[in-house]
Amino acid sequence: MNELLEFVRGQAKGDLVPWEAQEEAARRFGRSLAQVEGLLLEAQLLPARYQRNRQGISTAQQLRLHRARVAVIGCGGLGGYIIEELARLGVGTIVAIDPDVFEEHNLNRQLLSAPARLGQAKSEAALARVAEINPAVTLVALQQAFGRDNGAELLQGCALAIDALDNIRVRLELAEVCDRLAIPMVHGAIAGWYGQVFTQFPGEDHLQRIYAHGVDGKGAEKTLGNPSFTPALVASLEVAEACKILIGVGEPLRGRKLIIDLLDMELQVVPL
Amino acid sequence: MKVLIKLFATFRNERFKQAEKELPPGTSIRQVVAQLEIAEEALGMVMLNGRHAPLESELHEGDTLSLFPLVGGG
Repeated sequence: MNELLEFVRGQAKGDLVPWEAQEEAARRFGRSLAQVEGLLLEAQLLPARYQRNRQGISTAQQLRLHRARVAVIGCGGLGGYIIEELARLGVGTIVAIDPDVFEEHNLNRQLLSAPARLGQAKSEAALARVAEINPAVTLVALQQAFGRDNGAELLQGCALAIDALDNIRVRLELAEVCDRLAIPMVHGAIAGWYGQVFTQFPGEDHLQRIYAHGVDGKGAEKTLGNPSFTPALVASLEVAEACKILIGVGEPLRGRKLIIDLLDMELQVVPL
Repeated sequence: MKVLIKLFATFRNERFKQAEKELPPGTSIRQVVAQLEIAEEALGMVMLNGRHAPLESELHEGDTLSLFPLVGGG
């Protein structure tokens, strides 16, 4: 390990380690790219790909992101963008859960979808995308339906869960499982021009109360559909929440909900 | 009694953003929702004076009732 660090330090510019050096270190010393990334960060070296993170995220915080395991439940409209952003952020392990394959009606908004991937599993597409954009991140692809029965197993070891589901019933099951595991759940949901975001911490029941009137889901999205920009926006807000919780900065949307109306361009935070 | 009703997102379509309504004393939130022809299962958050409220709550002079549709897509 000392030899590895010595090699890398020889290639570093200041404390920044170029990607080529990270790759070469992995090859030369028989380590995975993820392992090398951990070793670099522990030695307070920063993979150069994260250099523009650093005004907001220190090397020590980057190490916390690297060590984190985060579940994304749903790899569709919200999930595609969430996975992209987590991987670029440098979250070490992303568990991507979705039972579905891409269909034509996904193409208007789902980042991981493409005509060539119609019929392909969404979780598999997530795996391929993360391998392409940040091979130092481990993506665990689970082509399974999440539910209260298998939830605890699927989320094992995760520091938090990010809701990218498309229905209310499973969202409530996710909330139940997160509560049981005592981990926060970053909630996001969209419908047409509208969206909402907040984080539910263990012991809280905001989600259950918000969805009390319509568990079997007459969500406005059934009639409004979803354009391309709403999932991108809500996904980004969810990742910002997740990032803050993982590195312990800022104020999450706790006990308050962000409501987004892109038609009238009104964003407001209301108490839960 | 006068009650201020605020509607959000799709509930505004063919209705209003906000309106002051004259209602008989003892009117419940559920009755207002029915008068507005909003299906209960389409309701997300229901807030009375900025706090969550059950549909059976009675309204009072000067109250503000906010109704948000259910948003569940991903």
